[in-house]
Amino acid sequence: MRVLLRPMSLVGLAAVGLLPVAVHILMPGSEKYYLHLLIQILIWSFIYTGWSLMGRFGLTSLGHGAFTGIGAYATVLLWNLGGITPWIGIPVGIVTATIVGILVGYPCFRFRISGHYFALLTLALTEFVRLCIVGMRDFTGGSLGTQPARAGDGISLVALQFEPNRTLAFYVAFALWVFGLYVWLRVDASMDRYALEAASQDEDAAASVGIDVTRERLKITALSSAMCALGGAIFAQYQMYISPDTIAGLGLSLNMVFASIAGGIWVLLGPTVGAVFTQVLAEGLRVVIQGSATLKNLLGSSALALDQLIYGLLLILFIIYMPNGILGTAQAWWRRRRSKQSP
Amino acid sequence: MDCQLDIFFLEAILNGLLLAGLLALLALGLNLIFGVIDVVWICYAELVMVGMYGINYAYKGGLPFILAALLGILLVAICGAVLHFLVIRPVLDTPPINQLLVTGGVLIFLQAAATMAFGIEFKNLGIRLGSFIFADMSFSWARIITFLIALGGMLVLWLFLSRTFIGTAIRAISQDRQIMPLMGVDSRKLYLITSAIGGGLAGLAAALMVLQYDIYPQIGLQFGPLIFMICVLGGLGNMIGGFIAAFIISQFIAVGSSCFHTEWGYAVAFLFFMVAIFIRPQGLFGSKS
Repeated sequence: MRVLLRPMSLVGLAAVGLLPVAVHILMPGSEKYYLHLLIQILIWSFIYTGWSLMGRFGLTSLGHGAFTGIGAYATVLLWNLGGITPWIGIPVGIVTATIVGILVGYPCFRFRISGHYFALLTLALTEFVRLCIVGMRDFTGGSLGTQPARAGDGISLVALQFEPNRTLAFYVAFALWVFGLYVWLRVDASMDRYALEAASQDEDAAASVGIDVTRERLKITALSSAMCALGGAIFAQYQMYISPDTIAGLGLSLNMVFASIAGGIWVLLGPTVGAVFTQVLAEGLRVVIQGSATLKNLLGSSALALDQLIYGLLLILFIIYMPNGILGTAQAWWRRRRSKQSP
Repeated sequence: MDCQLDIFFLEAILNGLLLAGLLALLALGLNLIFGVIDVVWICYAELVMVGMYGINYAYKGGLPFILAALLGILLVAICGAVLHFLVIRPVLDTPPINQLLVTGGVLIFLQAAATMAFGIEFKNLGIRLGSFIFADMSFSWARIITFLIALGGMLVLWLFLSRTFIGTAIRAISQDRQIMPLMGVDSRKLYLITSAIGGGLAGLAAALMVLQYDIYPQIGLQFGPLIFMICVLGGLGNMIGGFIAAFIISQFIAVGSSCFHTEWGYAVAFLFFMVAIFIRPQGLFGSKS
């Protein structure tokens, strides 16, 4: 926790917080676009950080797409159908996701379903929630998705809508991101962290020294699923459009896992680096291809999948050669270098 | 919501039975890989997709269907071996979850590659085999043929594993991964052969699926989760269990879809799967270890 208050960290946080000003000065024409990119990165960083809370303790879940989906849809549906403000809708979504997380988590941890089985079981959870969303198409709009009803000009405190004002939206996303980092550090500094690390190394040994493995894992699952639900809800409030493909489902769950791993799940800013990496890769490629007539002619409409192609390839390479992710590897390299310089 | 015990209900049950043959065949390859190499290919359904595209283009290029199908099986078998050689082998000694995740990268890669190479349009071979009408119930011949060939494929695999030298070696290494190399067995070679056979089974499934389904880059996401569910439900690595699980799951889908919307059939199947795993974590037919 105290790490956040160190001078270096405060400078870093302030630098990120002042990004809208930098964008305003450096790119006056396309301010909206760059802010959109930054907001996306911050919201996804928060969600990836939420996932990595479980992922770093060997609980590789492919089910977090279910939690973001529950958070987003609970908030939007309560607002659209019942007129209930997201200030109540978001907590409802978070509680629902947490309950689902615990309902699925408890038997898993109790009966020691881990590794492949845990991944495939949580994959089934993702599919189940996605199918429920599609199945309730009278309320949710099915696979076409739905939009929260706009309140007035689109900026409203009661409706928690802030999308037209990108600067405001940036600070909402920024607050969310800092909150995610705070939670990560709290977990990192807690006794639960050591218990969970021990349990991920050897469950029997951990249990034999008095760690209640099931309880510890349930705690982290509840926290992680609540964070993802919150992230999903804020994503819905910002995008003002949700569909099973954008906020729930297997593709999203896989992206969550991979972006976190690409960034590094064992370091604080790893998931953030993962989010920057994936978003910048997609946007950068799009800009490069749109900007060059030769590439555009060569690739045609298939250019849309190019970022996914490179992304998939990089993931394979990351997991084989850099399982600690970009930031984890960079950190290890930096430490080695420093220890060489000052023996 | 009109669920009546009439002739259409029976039709749904029998069509579910026919679907089970295909799902069992799909699960068989994955189960073989898991049982022998202890790796879950998350991208298994994407290999099927590669096979479907291969057969599609071979057929439209003028080859007779049987030849195109054989080429497709060969193509996916090679893909399976290459996948093992390039992607699985480097991570064989790392935590098991890495092996699952690395094939997830392959999933994203293959999907994107298919989108880039073939576009997102639905493709169809245009082969129409007609239907078989019996007492007001209609069953498409494509499904019946699929069911029979799937059964045949499973029989051939069983004969291969139980009657040939390599098959015996594969069964042996699946029982003890540490001891077999000490007996002078080249486990690397056996893994490669097993991967090729697993790929070949995916190719066979692809050859049968092009008769029934449209081909598009995302088809793997439609079948993939079902296949994993069947494998886990039957006990990962247990081929007979996978076979029975395929029948259970396909009945949920077929009956659920005939009574309600299609999604609810699938949703109930996934819910049943989760509950079943909570009650029997080792799978319905897996042995406790």
